[in-house]
Amino acid sequence: MSHFQQSQGKAPLLEVKNLETAFGIDGKDYNAVDQVTFHVEPGKVIGVVGESGCGKSVMSLSIMGLLPKGIGKVNAGEIKFNGRNLENLNDNEMNKIRGKDIAMIFQEPMTSLNPVFTIGYQLEEVLHNHFKISKKEARQKVVQLLTAVGISRPEKIVHEYPHQLSGGMRQRVMIAMAIACQPQLLIADEPTTALDVTVQAQILELLKDIQRKNDMSIILITHDLGVVSESCDEVIVMYAGRIVEKTDVRRLFQEPKHPYTELLMGSIPRMDVDTDQLATIDGMVPSLKNMPQVGCRFANRCPKAMQECTEVTPQLKENEYGHEVACLLYESSRPAREVSQ
Amino acid sequence: MSITQMKDFQTHNLLEVENLQMHFPVKGGFFRRTIGAVKAVDGVSFTIRKGETLGLVGESGCGKSTTGRSILRLLTPTGGKVIFENEDITNVNGKRLRDIRQDIQMVFQDPYASLNPMQMVGDIVSEPIHNYYKNKNKEELKTEVMDLLTRVGLPEEAYYKYAHEFSGGQRQRIGIARALALKPKLIIADEPVSALDVSVQSQVLNLLNELQDEFDLTYLFIAHDLSVVKHMSDRIGVMYLGNIVEVADKHSIYDNPMHPYTQALISAVPDASKMGEKRERIVLQGDVPSPENPPSGCPFHTRCPKALDRCSSIKPTLKEVKPGQHVACILYD
Repeated sequence: MSHFQQSQGKAPLLEVKNLETAFGIDGKDYNAVDQVTFHVEPGKVIGVVGESGCGKSVMSLSIMGLLPKGIGKVNAGEIKFNGRNLENLNDNEMNKIRGKDIAMIFQEPMTSLNPVFTIGYQLEEVLHNHFKISKKEARQKVVQLLTAVGISRPEKIVHEYPHQLSGGMRQRVMIAMAIACQPQLLIADEPTTALDVTVQAQILELLKDIQRKNDMSIILITHDLGVVSESCDEVIVMYAGRIVEKTDVRRLFQEPKHPYTELLMGSIPRMDVDTDQLATIDGMVPSLKNMPQVGCRFANRCPKAMQECTEVTPQLKENEYGHEVACLLYESSRPAREVSQ
Repeated sequence: MSITQMKDFQTHNLLEVENLQMHFPVKGGFFRRTIGAVKAVDGVSFTIRKGETLGLVGESGCGKSTTGRSILRLLTPTGGKVIFENEDITNVNGKRLRDIRQDIQMVFQDPYASLNPMQMVGDIVSEPIHNYYKNKNKEELKTEVMDLLTRVGLPEEAYYKYAHEFSGGQRQRIGIARALALKPKLIIADEPVSALDVSVQSQVLNLLNELQDEFDLTYLFIAHDLSVVKHMSDRIGVMYLGNIVEVADKHSIYDNPMHPYTQALISAVPDASKMGEKRERIVLQGDVPSPENPPSGCPFHTRCPKALDRCSSIKPTLKEVKPGQHVACILYD
């Protein structure tokens, strides 16, 4: 049982256990997400960080059941939402949950809205899909939603098309769409990456506000550690499809344990300190096809790698503070932890 | 000041930009007449001293890239002056322009789009040299290019490969090698790392810093990421809607920003070092106005939390408010 569950005593909203999502390449399955286990409690913001190709987006698509059909599939593991298994639901059943209980915001506000329908129409569609309400009521609700996300002249905006709005406005519309049915869980995949910093600040502030008001949980997927440090309660660091470190946000920044996390933090220029040299990580993430089947996936780039790193696959182990790391460096030094597991 | 002293003083400035304007015409109506102008750059002035890095930050559409392109004369400015090594290059053409471009090179943002997919990397990097030194010995040229490739951290075999065989970070290294090929004095780097992952980004930034020392380069570093700009630059210019609102050394900009826009911009950056602390964040309201129809007076007054009535009528000019810190805001007049 994790540290967080003990302190909160709430049943988790989302439980992901040993999730494996595979993509078929030349008739063989390769795991883009491997042995991913975590849970999200009600009202918490979980950050997922990692560089491109680490599997963070594939993981969120797996939860939403939006993997490209015939190419990617969940091969093993469990996804439980409110105690109900999601991975075996058919399209119809999933459609009832998707958009209503779990909603998602995508990175590209430019491409995730339909260019040929008005903003009002697209937002009403979500409401009509999940509730039996009249056109008039839907329009009223849409105007309320747009006001809630800080759009200044909602009565006019409903008649406009996506191309008439700025990037920040579009992302606000996407958020309005996502919160239309007051979901319990919001998955935000790089929601501010395409936006300027001052607009990013507005959007993050807005998300925090809505999260507090609706007591919603958020999975915030991002590559920006600054965003994580300011908005999340708990952080998951992913590398090459696996979770390498998982802990509360304060602890992660104070004492990052996994060598990958350490390097990632050192590679970002900081505003408050002057450094001549930034940390770098040699080499590249192995491609899906060349992923080592045993051993740590970071071993070939890790400055602290040992002989056994390529032979033994490290498992996520938790220390007494609820800080979980998947690295052999921390296994041998603390044999006591083995007992508590 | 004697004339020789004057000269000495001037040679310290490699590049001077004076009141640069780049207005793009907007056509429409009957016979596609010019019916307006997008004021992408509207009176920008700054200097870059030899060997220093000037960072240019601002949000999308503020005119920072257009400024960079106007200096290289990829765009012909509609007003103002660009002075490179004491020579006014705003209106030079033909051979002289070609010669000047040898000294000013550019590194582009998108490492995927800025390399020709049909050319071998060796050809991409040797093309600029070939353009200027037609009679250069082939073997010599090849060794030179291979040296360049090794210098930017690529294997020699890269010479015979194509751009698609490389990752984003490696492609950006190719772009840097190409920019270095003519041994330029000034490199304009337009968002060189914004398409890269952070661990790769740090490699490219380290490389740019090493090359600056080694080849005695001067950089105009254009980026939207404030922490990256701070890491790279000696001085920083902050742009908003085609204007520079503040120029100062990097520490003044970050520790004591004076223009309300700079203050908002700095406070908007999510900072990993401010872990969990509650801090006062200035959240700006609304969006950046259109450069086709910029507000009267101070371009920032429509969103400025400190705006006065006067701000909508008087356009502030850059003034030295503290030693080395120039601010365009009437609060400091």
